[in-house]
Amino acid sequence: MKPTDVADPTYFHKVVDCQWACPAHTPVPEYIRLIAQRRYSDAFMINWKSNVFPGVLGRTCDRPCEPACRRTRIEQKPVAICRLKRVAADNRGDVSHRLPAIPSQKNGKRIALIGAGPASLTVARDLLPLGYECVLFEKDRQSGGLMRTNIPSFRLPVDVLDDEVERILDLGVEVRFNTEVSSLKSVLNEGFDAVFIGTGAPRGKDLAITGRRQANANIHLGIDFLTSVAFKHTESIGRRVLVIGGGNTAMDCCRTALRMGGDDVRVTVRSPREDMKASDWEIEDAEREGIPILDNHSPIEFLIEDGRLHGVVFERMQAHYDGFGRRSLSPSGEPPVVIECDDVLMAIGQNNAFPWIERDIGIVFDDTGMPVVDAQTFQSTLPEVFFGGDAAWGPKNIIWAVAHGHQAAISIDLKCREISLTNRPPPMTNLFSQKMGIHEWSYENDISIEQRLAVPHADLAKSLKSLTTEVELGYDGQMAMEEATRCLNCDIQTVFSESLCIECDACVDICPVDCINFTQNEEETPLRAQLRVPATNLDQDLYVSDYLNTGRVMVKDEDVCLHCGLCAERCPTSAWDMQKFLFLDGMATASQELADAN
Amino acid sequence: MTHIAKPKFQHPKLPVNGLGLTRRNYEGVVSTLCAGCGHDSISAAIIEACFELEIPAHRIAKISGIGCSSKTTNYFLSRAHGFNSVHGRMPSVATGANLANPDLTYLGVSGDGDTASIGLGQFSHAVRRRLNMVYIVENNGTYGLTKGQFSATNDKISKSRKGVENRFESIDLCSLAIELGAGFVARSFSGDKAQLVPLIKAAMSYRGFAFLDVISPCVTFNNHSNSTKSYDYVREHNEVLDVLDLVPQRSEISTDYQPGTSVEVTLHDGSEIKLHKLSQDYDPSDHGSALLNLYQYKQQNTVATGVLYLDPNESDMHDLLMTCEQPLNTLRDNALCPGSAVLDTLNSQFK
Repeated sequence: MKPTDVADPTYFHKVVDCQWACPAHTPVPEYIRLIAQRRYSDAFMINWKSNVFPGVLGRTCDRPCEPACRRTRIEQKPVAICRLKRVAADNRGDVSHRLPAIPSQKNGKRIALIGAGPASLTVARDLLPLGYECVLFEKDRQSGGLMRTNIPSFRLPVDVLDDEVERILDLGVEVRFNTEVSSLKSVLNEGFDAVFIGTGAPRGKDLAITGRRQANANIHLGIDFLTSVAFKHTESIGRRVLVIGGGNTAMDCCRTALRMGGDDVRVTVRSPREDMKASDWEIEDAEREGIPILDNHSPIEFLIEDGRLHGVVFERMQAHYDGFGRRSLSPSGEPPVVIECDDVLMAIGQNNAFPWIERDIGIVFDDTGMPVVDAQTFQSTLPEVFFGGDAAWGPKNIIWAVAHGHQAAISIDLKCREISLTNRPPPMTNLFSQKMGIHEWSYENDISIEQRLAVPHADLAKSLKSLTTEVELGYDGQMAMEEATRCLNCDIQTVFSESLCIECDACVDICPVDCINFTQNEEETPLRAQLRVPATNLDQDLYVSDYLNTGRVMVKDEDVCLHCGLCAERCPTSAWDMQKFLFLDGMATASQELADAN
Repeated sequence: MTHIAKPKFQHPKLPVNGLGLTRRNYEGVVSTLCAGCGHDSISAAIIEACFELEIPAHRIAKISGIGCSSKTTNYFLSRAHGFNSVHGRMPSVATGANLANPDLTYLGVSGDGDTASIGLGQFSHAVRRRLNMVYIVENNGTYGLTKGQFSATNDKISKSRKGVENRFESIDLCSLAIELGAGFVARSFSGDKAQLVPLIKAAMSYRGFAFLDVISPCVTFNNHSNSTKSYDYVREHNEVLDVLDLVPQRSEISTDYQPGTSVEVTLHDGSEIKLHKLSQDYDPSDHGSALLNLYQYKQQNTVATGVLYLDPNESDMHDLLMTCEQPLNTLRDNALCPGSAVLDTLNSQFK
């Protein structure tokens, strides 16, 4: 293999598994260290810059970082990254003086943001400090989008959301609440320099089966139900509630119903339990509250009695998997099941809907009714119109909407400055030694063998009585510190200098996870096979040095490296060094360099 | 020396031996030697050898004297028996222990000072008695603990770090061991585990006195350009005489060498040492040829490594002394003191 090019920012970035997995590339280990030091405001600001909504995401994020966590490859459970983020948000001090300055002299460009969800708010956050004027259109009377309407308050308290949303609005967004845009053409006619569409995926899917129309009064689409609860339009529900669907919305629906008077709430899913779309922890939370989940149940008919909904008939299903692991469902042949109920909540998915976008203004839609959007720039086929969040590619999660918002903001800025949209600002990277002295390193490298700490919950009986009592209490400072020390500091990189190496084997001998090798060079496949412990995880790179004096090369398998620093500690010539790699994703910037490079 | 505790976590796919143990189960505490010390590599090689031989640690007794090398018994096999004895007196302790219980595997770790200076007498007699043990000298040619004076194994041409000349002839411990009756004599280099691990395995399987002289650079005092015990010098002047393969009793022999280039020795436990000779005109089972060879290589300032001498006829102190089969430490009172009738019978033989 060729020597690894560690000057390429993606190499060390990939080693920081959590940051690499995060769509917004939040520097996770950096803020976790700050939490361990109880520097909550500093940890909050790192999050705020990358993911804009630390308090919200610290409670609701889909956490792509956690399955990626190196700890899952060494023990079982990842560091509770998401819940540590919440600790930073909940315990931070006043940060108002650390927010970006908004120029009083505007740059003369006006941007329309349609839909006040996380994507649009991120665009506003990124563009306002550059002198843009942002006008936010929202059909509801408050901003926040699905964060407000679809996430129940017992998971995300309203004051946490208000705080994070208002922090952005206070930067100087011109808001137009209660303004449902019915024509994109009319918005464009106002002369905006760019329009960002972040309207989400607002239409719940329905089921066209027997009895659907007659039972309409007692069948509610999940996201509409949650919205109406959030705005207090709905305050009660029947005693027996059936939730159809197995995603996170279904979990929110059943738990909400339980708090609104439902005392026999059940969830039915077509697929087997293990294939449910909901996050494991959201399923656990529902089950902890005593809600049964019936899998392999496919609804075939709504039963009507005396003109109202009486129950639902289900066909039992069976899953089959082909040789590629693809699943198909078919009836199992067991007799149908009837479940009586007073109300049904339907949470079987969401669709996008753009009836308000005229089809003759230059925005091309594909066969599925989705706009054609560039995957890198988020630009539509009408150059001044951009899409992001669920509106761009269908339902995802808040953290994706934030990541889209950052990229769209970059594109809008480049467009307004007449710079090519592909000429994007590079990431900021920094690599510097953490050696403080003999045996002294600037990070905690005594590897914790503790198991993941469970987040304490409020008393179940008490929390089931209220829609607004937050179920999770969050870690306290001590617990957060203990959980934070489980972090392996994957951003503290092992950097190897072949010119200094005397091939004494000290690093090979001390490495607790046998990831360092001095061996004959080969192509990647045989090289992976001939290591002390063969490198079978192909998602993880090999760090290969140039040829050493003996004609061998150093090969390090990054897979399970603990970043303990013992290789550097035991190296007599400092051929190994522990260096912190900071990676900050490119952001919309006032930099002149991009313009010059154009 | 390090202040970081070695993490308990290990590679989830770390190989497991027949006892269900990984090589990490054979570790000791973290070394307090200088970073890059050759001795640490030898400790790692011992760990690897014991792991591969599938010896339970509690069947091994590790015994040492005084010095950097003698400290290392703490850095491997923390579950083995251990005795960190007096300077140069490791052979006596090993002899006593071996007399009492020959069933353990005895692993002596010593240095060039502990063996070639203060302990030379003890060493010589342990060899003569063919004490059944592995005797490893971690040879760096210098007194590291006392700040880098020449040791008795430092070659005459090898200067100190500050350029001071060495006036005295060096002692070649391998020649001495061959001359005094060691059955297995080999030399290796801490920087070459591919060679060292099989040698340790074979030495541990051999019954009799097995001597390993391992050149182990002292990174602090004797790893400079005027030294003959530096990483660079040994790599440049290393003449590998043969490649050893220890074939355990239960496995099939798979490697085939050209006739006349290999020596095969079946050991008492049924395992087989296969020695592939790289140098044609030398016979490692011949006393005289081995000594002559060593002398010639020394004249050329070449470090000859590999098996230097191997006596196919294993024999140890218990054979020479004709001790009883049962280990002495398990003999009960009635065996040790069989009564006046037996004494009378014995005395009558001398009348």
